[in-house]
Amino acid sequence: MGVEGIGARVVRKEDRRFITGKGRYVDDIKLVGMTHAHFVRSPHAHAKVKSVDTSEAMKMPGVVGVLTGQQLVDDKIGNLICGWAITSKDGTGMKMGAWPAMAPETVRFVGQAVAVVIAETKNQARDAAEAVVVEYEELPAAPDIRTAIAPGAPQLHPEAPGNVIYDWVIGDEGATDAAFKSAANVISLDITNNRLVPNAMEPRAALAEYNEPEEHFTLYTTSQNPHVARLVLSAFYNIAQEHKLRVVAPDVGGGFGSKIFIYPEEMVALWASKKVGRPVKWTGDRTEAFLTDAHGRDHLTKAELAFDKDNKITGLRVKTYANLGAYMSLFSSSVPTYLYATLLSGQYNIPNIFAEVISVYSNTVPVDAYRGAGRPEASFVVERLMETAARQLNVDPAELRRKNFITQFPHQTPVIMAYDIGDFGASLDAAMKAIDYSGFAARKAKAKSEGKLRGIGVSCYIEACGIAPSKAVGSLGAGVGLWESAEVRVNPVGTIEVLTGSHSHGQGHETAFSQLIAERLGVPISQVQIVHGDTDKVQFGMGTYGSRSAAVGLTAILKAMEKVEAKAKKIVAHQLEASENDIVIENGEFKVAGTDKSLAFPMVALAAYTAHNLPDGMEPGLKETAFYDPTNFTFPAGAYICEMEVDAATGKSTFVNFVAADDFGRLINPMIVEGQVHGGLAQGIGQALLEGAVYDASGQLVTASFMDYTMPRADDLPSFKLSHTTTLCPGNPLGVKGCGEAGAIGASAAVINAITDAIGTNKLEMPATPDRVWHAIHG
Amino acid sequence: MSTVKLTVNGKAVSADVEDRTLLVNLLRDHLNLTGTHVGCDTSQCGACVVHIDGRAVKSCTVLAGQAAGSSVTTIEGIAKGDELHPMQAAFRDNHGLQCGYCTPGMIMSAIDIVHRHGGQLDEETVRHELEGNICRCTGYHNIVKSVLDAAGRMKVSQAAE
Repeated sequence: MGVEGIGARVVRKEDRRFITGKGRYVDDIKLVGMTHAHFVRSPHAHAKVKSVDTSEAMKMPGVVGVLTGQQLVDDKIGNLICGWAITSKDGTGMKMGAWPAMAPETVRFVGQAVAVVIAETKNQARDAAEAVVVEYEELPAAPDIRTAIAPGAPQLHPEAPGNVIYDWVIGDEGATDAAFKSAANVISLDITNNRLVPNAMEPRAALAEYNEPEEHFTLYTTSQNPHVARLVLSAFYNIAQEHKLRVVAPDVGGGFGSKIFIYPEEMVALWASKKVGRPVKWTGDRTEAFLTDAHGRDHLTKAELAFDKDNKITGLRVKTYANLGAYMSLFSSSVPTYLYATLLSGQYNIPNIFAEVISVYSNTVPVDAYRGAGRPEASFVVERLMETAARQLNVDPAELRRKNFITQFPHQTPVIMAYDIGDFGASLDAAMKAIDYSGFAARKAKAKSEGKLRGIGVSCYIEACGIAPSKAVGSLGAGVGLWESAEVRVNPVGTIEVLTGSHSHGQGHETAFSQLIAERLGVPISQVQIVHGDTDKVQFGMGTYGSRSAAVGLTAILKAMEKVEAKAKKIVAHQLEASENDIVIENGEFKVAGTDKSLAFPMVALAAYTAHNLPDGMEPGLKETAFYDPTNFTFPAGAYICEMEVDAATGKSTFVNFVAADDFGRLINPMIVEGQVHGGLAQGIGQALLEGAVYDASGQLVTASFMDYTMPRADDLPSFKLSHTTTLCPGNPLGVKGCGEAGAIGASAAVINAITDAIGTNKLEMPATPDRVWHAIHG
Repeated sequence: MSTVKLTVNGKAVSADVEDRTLLVNLLRDHLNLTGTHVGCDTSQCGACVVHIDGRAVKSCTVLAGQAAGSSVTTIEGIAKGDELHPMQAAFRDNHGLQCGYCTPGMIMSAIDIVHRHGGQLDEETVRHELEGNICRCTGYHNIVKSVLDAAGRMKVSQAAE
């Protein structure tokens, strides 16, 4: 590794613009003649739209246009889609109700758009929106899973009787039932996985411009995957053809999944820019983010674990109800199925697993992928069960886990996944050492003598990342392939542009991806420009989510680099009259091995473009493209241990220590990796202690601002102790697994296991607020 | 409409704005200083923090008119040419930012924290003082490190002046 190569803690190239206020986010962009959009939103969770009167609003100062859901229908604009087909156990397809970008007839959640006002200024648009008169006929609402599945519940969509979208199963039910019949012990738990709001700090925004003579649209938008946005907007919504639509995702202020999806507001801004003949900007405010960004999690689960007399697991049975909200968001159907139930084997050898997932509609904002997407829910089920089992079987929680760890790889689980490699014992050892696990009993006793309740909680997570082989996901119902593309352009002076379909919205790709080029060619990273986020520049890409950018995106860059190097070697061999097999690359020089003959890389690049002396038949230029499709998921795994102290008088939990030992395979930039883990842990801890979206019985979101929804703040969190164990991923040449979601996947179970250990009662729901903890202690 | 005159990053500026215009909108929309961000509208997140006459203030909670006659410093105004402010450098060197959206407000708050505590800071104090700035990316771990690092650097640079 060089000073800027793979494995180096290189300070980020992109930071200078962010720390000097020169980042360029969507709302920072101004276009000539730009107008502003403000949406008229439903105040009701469920209602018929009787009439929309825009006449007064049209007369308001500065108003350029007022558009309604009926006009979308008149213009034959398509409904929003869900791109992953799930088949129920009875063989029928999922029951998808229509989701128009603005509701012409029925609203099904508070905040759903009904009309949009376009005006010269943002304030004028806001004022005029107040003057749009919408007459509603209120309908009974079903704001949660239990209400939605109850007999006689309000029905959201005629396509989905009983509000059931699908009833899906995985695994062998008969074999699993048999395992439970012959079990020595059965552990069972009812689990609520609380609903979360992603809350990227930059609210969603869209700025659309229509060029009438060219019939061409440009959309600047807060997207994790601009090419997917272009594909969906053009293929399904009938607004613009793909070659007449440029989508740009410039600097994006965090995503965490919530900016994967195509939302009504972005669609409407695009359509409206043509309707009013002016650029249209919409920037959401925070309450709009709460009301309209896809939420995460929201499961009700009953889970049971069967053990034999030696405390070996013999079976796992899970039944989960998943709330998908009022409409099916882009990848919503896959989250509680293929991203959840396929990870229920955890790190353990479980011979029999059966899971049933029933996804339901409710009068709430749609639910889709949020950091971890299904895998945090799975990990929480498995790790709460293991902790509970250890307590009920009266064995050490770490040792019960170790006894059941998978130790032989590859390992085929009963639920699709084939784990390629791992060393779960090594991560657990590292975490136990870091927190001085063996000294815990003495610390607990000492705390007790001081009147404090001390607890320790373990969580051994595994996830499937690097999403994923296109053929595999296609067979499971995905509407897209999940490869990645890259292009490496060497300029005639030897500087390098790397175009990638991955998108960076905090992950530091501009630095980490440059480090690969530095590693391969020995050039400084300042000679490398990473280009992303613009469909006019990058041919195609699937974007960034599911911790896939290193495992899939960076591997695509490596594949393109290998082609560049192969061609460069041919040129050097030709010019230095050597065999191309003898050419080696060292510190930016192409050398003939064992001689003093060499060509500096810029001279090779120049030779490729002057084309004065190339091998016969070789095309000029030095630019290569690769599309890389992975052969398997990757399987990051690790062990988190949390030590908490609880004040029985107040119910307040305080961190004593939080340690994480992760196996992400090879680390490209450990500094960036650690930052990803810190952020993930904060979100996992936020779920465990602080965060929860609450709808009241009428379907109002009562946690719709930062004053009502508890975001983790600096004084809610500890500093974390991180370490790494390493097994290199055999599925890609870099050996990387992905690190973006681990913290959010593993942390919440560790926290709840620690608190329940401290208070000596296992019944505690997330978020474990002081109030809930106090009641758990005092009944 | 009113004409608001104030000093921003050392330059006298004047803008005709609606009376309801917030300082953050004056900065972003009228003066094109887009480094100051809006993250919440309820004075919770701190992405909009600037300095008014040397004190950290949430610019989404101040009318532009209230800032008339004062001296406002934004994230764009703290580096000396190419030389970063020690707090900016500390955020970069300690990986104190990821998506960068909360960063300008964090840096402006953090400078104020160091000033108010005379550079005498520990982790607990920094965490408590950062309560008005929300970050969703970093888990605050490296932000806290950055502020503690910068406190030392600011002492050194003050001593050098």
